Amino acid sequence: MTADTVPHAAATPEQPQPYAELGLTGAEYTRIRELLGRRPTDAELAIYSVMWSEHCSYKSSKVHLRRFAESAPPSPALLAGIGQQAGVVDIGQGYAVTFKVESHNHPSYVEPFQGAATGVGGIVRDILAMGARPVAVMDSLRFGPADALDTRRVLPGVVAGISFYGNCLGLPNIGGELAFDPCYSGNPLVNALCVGVMRHADLKEAAARGPGNKVILFGSRTGPDGIGGASVLASATFGGTDSAKRPSVQVGDPFTEKLLVECCLELYAAGVVAAIQDLGAAGVSCATAELAAGGGSGMRVELDAVPLRDPALGPAEILMSESQERMMAVVEPGNTGRFMEICARWGVLATVIGEVTGTGRLQMSWHGEQVVDIAPGSAADDGPVYRRPIERPAGQDALQADDPARLARPSSGPQLRGTLLSLLASPGQADKSWVTEQYDRHVRGNTVLAMPEDAGVLRIDEETGLGVALATDGNGRFCLLDPYAGAQLALAEAYRNVAATGAAPLAVTNCLNFGSPEDPGVMWQFSEAVRGLADACAALGVPVTGGNVSFYNQTDAVPIHPTPVVGVLGVHADVARRVPIGFATEGASVLLLGRTAAEFGGSAWAQVAHRHTGGRPPAVDLAAERALGAVLTGAAAAGLLDAAHDLSEGGLAVALAECCLSGGLGCQVRLPGDPFTELFSESAARAVLAVRPGAEQAVADLAAEHGVPAQMIGAVGGPSLAVTDTFDITVDELAAAHTGTLPALFA
Amino acid sequence: MTARVGVITFPGSLDDVDAARAVARAGGTPVPVWHGQTDLRGLAAVILPGGFSYGDYLRCGAIARFAPVMSELIPAARDGLPVLGICNGFQILCEAHLLPGALTRNAALRFINREVRVRIEDTGTPWTADYAQDQEITVVLKSGEGAYVADPATLARLTAGGQVVARYAGGNPNGSVGDIAGVRSEAGNVVGLMPHPEHAIDALTGPGADGLGFFTSVLRSVAGGLLVPDGADG
Repeated sequence: MTADTVPHAAATPEQPQPYAELGLTGAEYTRIRELLGRRPTDAELAIYSVMWSEHCSYKSSKVHLRRFAESAPPSPALLAGIGQQAGVVDIGQGYAVTFKVESHNHPSYVEPFQGAATGVGGIVRDILAMGARPVAVMDSLRFGPADALDTRRVLPGVVAGISFYGNCLGLPNIGGELAFDPCYSGNPLVNALCVGVMRHADLKEAAARGPGNKVILFGSRTGPDGIGGASVLASATFGGTDSAKRPSVQVGDPFTEKLLVECCLELYAAGVVAAIQDLGAAGVSCATAELAAGGGSGMRVELDAVPLRDPALGPAEILMSESQERMMAVVEPGNTGRFMEICARWGVLATVIGEVTGTGRLQMSWHGEQVVDIAPGSAADDGPVYRRPIERPAGQDALQADDPARLARPSSGPQLRGTLLSLLASPGQADKSWVTEQYDRHVRGNTVLAMPEDAGVLRIDEETGLGVALATDGNGRFCLLDPYAGAQLALAEAYRNVAATGAAPLAVTNCLNFGSPEDPGVMWQFSEAVRGLADACAALGVPVTGGNVSFYNQTDAVPIHPTPVVGVLGVHADVARRVPIGFATEGASVLLLGRTAAEFGGSAWAQVAHRHTGGRPPAVDLAAERALGAVLTGAAAAGLLDAAHDLSEGGLAVALAECCLSGGLGCQVRLPGDPFTELFSESAARAVLAVRPGAEQAVADLAAEHGVPAQMIGAVGGPSLAVTDTFDITVDELAAAHTGTLPALFA
Repeated sequence: MTARVGVITFPGSLDDVDAARAVARAGGTPVPVWHGQTDLRGLAAVILPGGFSYGDYLRCGAIARFAPVMSELIPAARDGLPVLGICNGFQILCEAHLLPGALTRNAALRFINREVRVRIEDTGTPWTADYAQDQEITVVLKSGEGAYVADPATLARLTAGGQVVARYAGGNPNGSVGDIAGVRSEAGNVVGLMPHPEHAIDALTGPGADGLGFFTSVLRSVAGGLLVPDGADG
């Protein structure tokens, strides 16, 4: 095979190149020629095409994402922030936690099983590359209508893929989301989160320094899978020829990833890794360019040394391959022997493919001939930056004016009873066990709370009980109605969920799922959501530590609802004080915290009863959220609570039903105002508590101290959820409505 | 000195940390055993933990059965060493012919992670001696290939010989024949169990402490509190 060499490229400036097929615009191609002072070689074109793709370069989002750093609240806990593979947060006692959520939306639509599986694998390697042991995963999933034919193809495949990869890798799956909406038909959202733990001193960076240090590629061999995945799949809107893209989806091998994880942790412990980076989107291109750019050094790579699964691959294909389960390390020459020994012990293939140089150039050869000679920063950091046109959609005013106040509301007891049962049975609110039972939540023995609890809670230290809580939330309907408020509500809900378990919220990650950035209306949604999220993070005192943007979630001209998914991490001083959602103590007082107004815009009720999405989302009051969080955390720390549950979709009615279903006991409550509003409004900054008998005054005092309205509405006990003068539904009847839906659709 | 209980780590073993924690919680000393090791001296008992050894490629347990450590473990088990295989460990013991029968795909063809009720039907093994006959316990099932199968003659022999150690009590979750959740060797020292007792050692991280009995049983047994029943002909 003859390669397109650097001298050949210099000598043949007129040779046509397939830049458009690789996803580059004419202007971007011209810019590459200007940077190099010649046309790029095929291998260089491959590097730029993947590194400058939307997925890798954030070219359309960069100007907006700066807000997160600019308005971040000061946080001494932040050890590594935006720009690293994942943010790192100090949780005390010498421990640091790193967490991140990332999308694998498009691959999961094309090939649900492998797309979702490799989404888990990719985010786990991100966490591993920070120096941490991955300890848990979560998944935030959104699909088209639950009864749509294509959802029956996509959902079971996605769930099976996550189950296959995560279970075999030995990471507990501790929570997440499952939602349905017609807007996700053809564009399911599969966002995977991973959290890892390390000691402060173990923090690793992706920066190649020290000329003469060896560059080692280890893990799986490189094959033709996923070639062009970054540029072709993640960065272009789907049309009608999806099957033609099948070869661009990667194939996962979780067994190899498990060995890679244990091998890396042993390499770290042995002190033989100077720098490390995972191989994800853009494979070897990204790892070499970012390592060299990160260290301000140069790098020489022999591409023909890369171990291949398919010997027919050429340099450009090797550079673009997204074969899974690979890592790249920079190792001092004196440590390579030990490095290789450890890899051999785990049966992990490791190959020296180059070394760090002082040239400031990223240079690659293929059988002795130079095929790449670029400044690494030109690919890694100096990609195009677009300030895309922004325009508030013409229909936005009409959408907000379409108030749900005009919708027929249930008022009689039997009507309200039927409304609750139909909400509980609706796919979005129904019991998710059909999905979550396919995930191992017990492995490693540190899972303290998992789904369907408000947040996943993990023990970090067995001696002290130190632990973390994690929740992800998003609401596309709220964001459609008002992306600024909707993003804030997503953050507020995740913050509330973490606090409801008793944890103190500490830091934020996000996955921003939107339509095409080339649509000014979508860009307006994006800009508003980022602005809302950044402002809310400042108000709640929790910094964004990193995140991910997924654009082009649309089929032809129709984008998905703007769907920022927000993850919040909190700390438990002692996980033994965690608070579950279940009502389990007869006689415990039921307390409602927060203020309820008639807020139904984008609500679950409007959607389920009337297929209506209009009006305004619930009002945002971040000061109230922060005060509520302080009450929840304080009451849990003082051991005053038996149960706590945040109020969100379906309001108080659904929350009470979930408390009864989880704990197995009913409750008797009396509601002060209009029953429909009290039961189904989705006003934010609210939670329902079961207070330990005898602790009622202490909780009331705590609420008063923080200015949080608190009403004693009833008591736990009896066989049913009974609302005085309204309805009485046995826990068994609630369960029948709640548990039947998903198995009937997907089993 | 407390008894040393080996926990084997095959490539792809996942619940080895959990098994070791359970041994320690029961008062024993867990000892990591690497799959490439062939020396089991000084170990009073050995646990093959759950996981996906060798990725479960080919067939669950089919590759691990040939690991170097198994060349020592198989004769030691035949000589009476108490051995417990949990989940993937059970599958490996079946592949190694230390236990009869096999584990196949769940009836619903999906992985299941669920708390299950299990009835202990044989308290004569070194792993179940601390339970009461027919005691029902709650442990954690988490497997994709947990359906126990055996041919009719083997099943008849298992039943007649009292070799069924545990059965699912609250409904059959995976299609196991006769609701079988665990079996033992004829001699009784080798036990295979599909659900995970090591995930049920406290109410903080599991459904309760019902599973701890497997680990306290073996510690008491090897301390001399219980005789391993004699097998008919090994």
